[in-house]
Amino acid sequence: MNPEGLLRWFVAGRRHALPLLALLAVGFAAPLFAVIAFSFAPPRTFSPWQTPGLTNYETIFAETYYQSFAWSLALALITVIILAAICYPLAYGLAKVFGKWANAVTLVLVLPLFVSENLRLYGWILFFIKNGVLLGTLKYLFGIEPESWLFTPAMTIFGMVYVYLPFMLFPMTLGVSMVPRETVEAAADLGANRLQVFYEVELPLAMPGIIIGCLLTFVLAVGAIAEAKVIGGQSVIPIVHDIEIAFTYSQNWPLGAALAVLLMLVVGALVLVVLRRFDLDRILKRG
Amino acid sequence: MSQQSILQLRGLTKIFGQLTAVDHVDLDVAEGEFFTIVGPSGCGKTTLLRMLAGMETPTGGDILLRGKRINDMPANQRPTCMVFQSLALFPHRTVGQNIEFSLKIRGVESAARKTRALQLMRQLRLPENYYDKPVTRCSGGERQRVALARGLAYDPQILFFDEPLSAIDYKLRKTLEKELKDIHRETGKTFMYITHSLEEAMVMSDRIGVMRSGRLVQIGSPEQIYSHPQDKFVSEFMGEVNVFDVRLNGDGRLVSNAVPGSFVPPRLPPDFTSGYLVVRPESMRFLIKADQTENHVRGRVYNEYALGSRIQFQVRAGEQVFVVETLRQQMIGGRRDDDVLIGWNAADSILVTG
Repeated sequence: MNPEGLLRWFVAGRRHALPLLALLAVGFAAPLFAVIAFSFAPPRTFSPWQTPGLTNYETIFAETYYQSFAWSLALALITVIILAAICYPLAYGLAKVFGKWANAVTLVLVLPLFVSENLRLYGWILFFIKNGVLLGTLKYLFGIEPESWLFTPAMTIFGMVYVYLPFMLFPMTLGVSMVPRETVEAAADLGANRLQVFYEVELPLAMPGIIIGCLLTFVLAVGAIAEAKVIGGQSVIPIVHDIEIAFTYSQNWPLGAALAVLLMLVVGALVLVVLRRFDLDRILKRG
Repeated sequence: MSQQSILQLRGLTKIFGQLTAVDHVDLDVAEGEFFTIVGPSGCGKTTLLRMLAGMETPTGGDILLRGKRINDMPANQRPTCMVFQSLALFPHRTVGQNIEFSLKIRGVESAARKTRALQLMRQLRLPENYYDKPVTRCSGGERQRVALARGLAYDPQILFFDEPLSAIDYKLRKTLEKELKDIHRETGKTFMYITHSLEEAMVMSDRIGVMRSGRLVQIGSPEQIYSHPQDKFVSEFMGEVNVFDVRLNGDGRLVSNAVPGSFVPPRLPPDFTSGYLVVRPESMRFLIKADQTENHVRGRVYNEYALGSRIQFQVRAGEQVFVVETLRQQMIGGRRDDDVLIGWNAADSILVTG
């Protein structure tokens, strides 16, 4: 291609990229830079245009925010693990077994998520609360009165597992459907039993989809707040809740911004480690 | 042969819903034999092979391996192995790991595995430094060899091949066909191969079974299949042949609806009244005088095709388009739209039924 043609192509390419660039600039880059700038501002101030300092970060490391970080990461990790365990058989079914019923099953799985989040969360409260639909009925019928699961970390995890199921399921289904049937048959033909076929062939070949599902749900779950607040009853405070409190109740934007930046760094680092470990590019480009 | 049969099929049948894919197949495969099943796509040959390998369950009939019924034995316990059409190599593994797969499954320790893999790689002309090469970076021919090595590493009693060469270009396919026959000889194992190409089957096989609509219509040596096709289907499956309908006339000669004239028949099958006459293109000749061969037909050259050392002509006579092949140096006359005389000797023709 001659220089003139190259220029034309470049200009055309740029022109077509403009709408997306504008969207990214306004929706992603600008707020990101604002948050980063605020995180270096003095505490309880409302302008980023000041002499930057590390006071907010010092405050964070001096206090017990690490607990919130730990809770957030732990809740997200447990959510991902439970989701992976629930979704793999489902994904396998959708990709290989259900056949023409796969669409119907998908619809049934996704339909409940069309219900608004508030409705769902408060519906759970009505269902699970002491003397509510579940426990009240048990009490009325059998005279037993178990402890309510509401307002516990376990309930938080239940809520997150429920909400993020599609984000694990669909990438995973795609991953499982990428495993060629004949490769599985070949493994069995060469003497592998069902379990050996699973971990020697099916699992590694479905890995790109599984990894994408795990990363997606992990990042979403780390950012989840409503489940911990409402059905978790603030029994534990995830870091996102701390960030919200800093921005609203305590009116300390710089502290909230610093927490947000730290969260981004931690999650970003974890994601990078996973991506490096599994070398997604190489797996996806194979064949 | 039955006392040394390694594989016996008795009334083997597979029905998918309305479709009878394999229909009462009886077959004995001898120990160490290279047996090929040939048939057009959809004839049931892949289903047949998949039943033998344990990937489909027969609807009826029996599969006997050395006299033992193995219908219900799962694929991973059968002492047989399949080389797939897609090869089904493990894309996330290296050449070495692919070849060693079955050994790893059996718990063979890694040094012994590697020794065996390298030995097989030498036998199959794969360079030793390919051991650590990702199998996805191998060429088509190399992948073929890896797939074969992987199968041989399993040390199967029978090795099945499901058209593994069909996606390979002509020249390489010819090389691999011969290599496969050599490997068959070196290993002494029983090979069972399926293909839609009779030409491929001819090159490699000890015996060939021709399959049509789920049935084995003829089983025999390549020579038998070639010289004595049982019916019109088998004869047409051999590649380009001249086939036209004939019936026996009162004077003992053959007449046809498609071709004008009457012809001297080859040896008549008992009770023959009507059927098809098969004449191979290389048995047809251009004639200068009508009495040069026992049978002759007047026609017009429609087109000619250079086939390397041979030249093929299409000659229209009546409703029939004859295919005539001559060696390049024997070429006489025959330009487009020339009126020509073509002929054949009765002994070079074959009478078959529908």
